[in-house]
Amino acid sequence: MSGPASSPGRLALGRFLEDRLAVAGIVFLALALLLAGIGPGLLGVDPDRAGESPLAPPGAGHWMGTDIHGRDLLARVLVGLRISLAVGAVGAAVSLLIGVGWGVVSGAAGGRTDAWMMRGVDLLQALPTVVWVMLGMTLFEARCAGWLAERWPAALPALRLGAMMICLGSVSWLTMARVIRGQTLALRERPFLLAATALGVPPVRWFLRHLLPNLSGVILVYLTLTVPAVVLYESFLSFLGLGVRPPQASLGTLIADGASQLNPIRVRWWLLVFPAGLMALLLAALTSVGEGLRAAFEPRGGDGPRA
Amino acid sequence: MRSWVIRLAAVPVLLWAVATLCFFLLRALPGGPFDRERAAASREVEAALRARYHWDEPLGWQYLRYLGNLARGDLGPSLKYRNHSVNDLLAQTVPVSLSLGALAFVVAMGLGIPVGVFSALGRGGWAEATSSLLTLLGVCVPVFVLGPLLVLVFALGLDWFPVALWGGGSRAVLPTLTLGLYFAARVARWMREGMLEVLRSPHVQAARARGLGEAAVILRHVVPVALLPVVSYTGPMLADLLTGSFLVENLFQIPGTGAFFVNSFFSRDYTLMMGMVLFYCLLLQVLSLATDLLLRWIDPRIGS
Repeated sequence: MSGPASSPGRLALGRFLEDRLAVAGIVFLALALLLAGIGPGLLGVDPDRAGESPLAPPGAGHWMGTDIHGRDLLARVLVGLRISLAVGAVGAAVSLLIGVGWGVVSGAAGGRTDAWMMRGVDLLQALPTVVWVMLGMTLFEARCAGWLAERWPAALPALRLGAMMICLGSVSWLTMARVIRGQTLALRERPFLLAATALGVPPVRWFLRHLLPNLSGVILVYLTLTVPAVVLYESFLSFLGLGVRPPQASLGTLIADGASQLNPIRVRWWLLVFPAGLMALLLAALTSVGEGLRAAFEPRGGDGPRA
Repeated sequence: MRSWVIRLAAVPVLLWAVATLCFFLLRALPGGPFDRERAAASREVEAALRARYHWDEPLGWQYLRYLGNLARGDLGPSLKYRNHSVNDLLAQTVPVSLSLGALAFVVAMGLGIPVGVFSALGRGGWAEATSSLLTLLGVCVPVFVLGPLLVLVFALGLDWFPVALWGGGSRAVLPTLTLGLYFAARVARWMREGMLEVLRSPHVQAARARGLGEAAVILRHVVPVALLPVVSYTGPMLADLLTGSFLVENLFQIPGTGAFFVNSFFSRDYTLMMGMVLFYCLLLQVLSLATDLLLRWIDPRIGS
């Protein structure tokens, strides 16, 4: 092969680009990000403004129809997409911080500490997480929301959303911690890390300089797979009426509204089909990108020693 | 052996920790179970209510009293459904939820494993393309979208099944499918991955080299090994299945624990909520212990 020497990252990129489904997923994600970023501005329709024609089917004036208050569904879907993506990204970032921290400490410490920390993960795995999210969000509401409403009312919706993102992230880190711990245990015994330890590299530098670069692929993979899980969790909460509050909308609340309009007499399909379709496409794209990345970073076909 | 003793002993400790955390966090929430009393109850009535539920005692005493009752298996009276104890409510609703969960589990395994096997065997052909598309769809269509869509098509459109409620026969079909299909898709994907990995391993080559027929190779030498990851994912999957069943019960108006669970939170029915949380913790711990035992029995290498 000619050209520059192939680094592991470059090889992974090559493998990733061969996976057509994953590439399609990336393209869709880029589009979705663009739409969520500039879509509402381009459209120029206020998603919260009630109109004269409630429950109008899709047509020239409203491309996706209108909801029960006559609000333009397209504008609401775009704003909902933005919130769902933000929740997914921040929630996944929170889970990344906790998961990597927990996994690296557990794997690097080894022995008894490792056993206890992993036992903790096992226990948390067997708890109904929805309880903690509900409790956490209500506590935020009770302890901080009133205080904020007095001092800085404009920021309240954003902070409420932030509290939800943190709650969601703090229950979604278990898989990440497990995987990172496994990788750390394996890497710890490799000569270059043994050498770093023997040379007395301080722990922070040992982690940042020697361990983290070798974990980055795995982290990227599980980060991508955590995003759809968090998006799904948010929509689940919103569906139960615990998540994003009106008039703010996420894809989850839009789907819940659409589902509540289902009845045998008049089928208002657009209320369910547009947000649910976008949600399904988004999750499919995120999942296929995540799995494409995993296949690219963890090649299991032939080359390399098998565990 | 020793690790099993520790794990068993950890269950009551965990329940105690969850009970403690839940107890104090719930009390830190604003509002109380007696806030929504109709009209303004006279002060005497309110005092009597509070005294009856020991609400007038200091928090520490209430906590100790709760733990004492808990140790005897008594979860206390429900604060909203005044004529029922939490044990009663659980005894009425848990069988419904468990049967829904069990049926969905059967669908997930019964559908997911064969689909995973066939998609791995038909690698590169239409079977793989179809099944990977279907399973991707299954993983990406949330339960609360699938449910209304199934109702729209099969109950309202074709009139094959009832729209809601729970019972034997045709009533169980739509809720079970709604809950089960998502997990079937997940199982199919794990199974396929496991199959592809095992198909490459030396013992399969050896089996083929010995001249075994393809069916024997697959059924005896590949499928059992490929089942391992599926079994090890069963524990976390059951937890998700439970969360999902709350939604499905909401969608289909099934009188299981789901509706009570969410409502008890909003009506600040502390005892009912804690009873449900503790019950589910116990259930999940037992199930995950059972999964681990099963895994160890299938694969003796684990834990040695």
